[in-house]
Amino acid sequence: MVQFSLPKNSKIRVGKTWPKPADGKNVRKFQIYRWEPEDGENPRVDTYFVDLDKCGPMVLDVLIKIKNEIDPTLTFRRSCREGICGSCAMNIDGRNTLACIFGIDEIKTDVVKIYPLPHMPVVKDLIPDLTHFYAQHASIMPWLETKTNRPEKEWRQSIEDRKKLDGLYECVMCASCSTSCPSYWWNSDEYLGPAALLHAYRWIIDSRDEATGERLDQLEDPFKLYRCHTIMNCTKTCPKGLNPAKSIAEIKKMMVNRHV
Amino acid sequence: MAESKRVERPLSPFMIGQYYRPQITSISSILTRITGNALAVSAILAVWWLMAATGTPEHFEAVNWFMTSFIGDVIFTLTTLGIWYHYLAGMRHLYFDSGRGLELETAEKLGIACMIGSVVLTLLTIIIV
Repeated sequence: MVQFSLPKNSKIRVGKTWPKPADGKNVRKFQIYRWEPEDGENPRVDTYFVDLDKCGPMVLDVLIKIKNEIDPTLTFRRSCREGICGSCAMNIDGRNTLACIFGIDEIKTDVVKIYPLPHMPVVKDLIPDLTHFYAQHASIMPWLETKTNRPEKEWRQSIEDRKKLDGLYECVMCASCSTSCPSYWWNSDEYLGPAALLHAYRWIIDSRDEATGERLDQLEDPFKLYRCHTIMNCTKTCPKGLNPAKSIAEIKKMMVNRHV
Repeated sequence: MAESKRVERPLSPFMIGQYYRPQITSISSILTRITGNALAVSAILAVWWLMAATGTPEHFEAVNWFMTSFIGDVIFTLTTLGIWYHYLAGMRHLYFDSGRGLELETAEKLGIACMIGSVVLTLLTIIIV
């Protein structure tokens, strides 16, 4: 269903303003989305002040500092702090990215706004529920499908064929792209979204995979694939610099080619 | 989780402008939608005008007055802009569908080109017609 505003239980209240640090020359204001599942209240936006001279350079450093020193109830996912696990994807300054590799100095506005990934059910604070997103990834069979007998050693691939996977295998499944896509916001129940489709393409063009036909059959659907309208918000936002829109266009081309 | 009670999870905010930064990517797409829908309305107006031409002179006089009034001029100037934008954006999407122009910088440049191009072509149309 196409929605242009938030449902009643999701409307955002003004939250608490936490005290400013007493001294410090480089204090920046952060407004962060909060939702507590236990208290039955609507989400709110809390305001925090952090002295950047006493903080690491990335947005994740700010969140960790707030959690350690100001408000231990602030909840978010994080793990590797170097853009490889994909846990800390969130909406920072109006775009989806990984908090750990997004520098505070890249944000030009005075107030830094941090929200969970857009149009997702919220588990708590900055943590979205990714169950459906992962199920969609699983649905594209993200593994090597083969029919011929197993080779004695590994499945071999030429250097050129291996190169085709560059720009695809690097995806860390952070969900930044899918949740930046207006089409995914409104059709995610059926549309697979840029992340799952990039992975689908990754297996379709793998020279060792022998299920290309089945994979294309599975995607030949008005919603699963063709809800992509080449808006390209996905490519614009990908924190790893990948191009899901291009992968989807290649799948669409393959669909046409196999019918001619 | 032994006795976790079911909670209605809120939907995280998403609206473009208020929560998601407007970008060339999304704006060029939204404009395509808006112009497409607006053109459907303009087409109805144009047909109404043509149909009036087949009716009584008094009726045509009235419809023609509206269409050539200031409001009519504004509507049809915007329609011209809409036609050009929708046409250029359509060309851009055909190019995309051939698998080309999908590098981010190229796609953004093409998006801006559609916006500027539609204004330029509208001005040219007004000058020529």
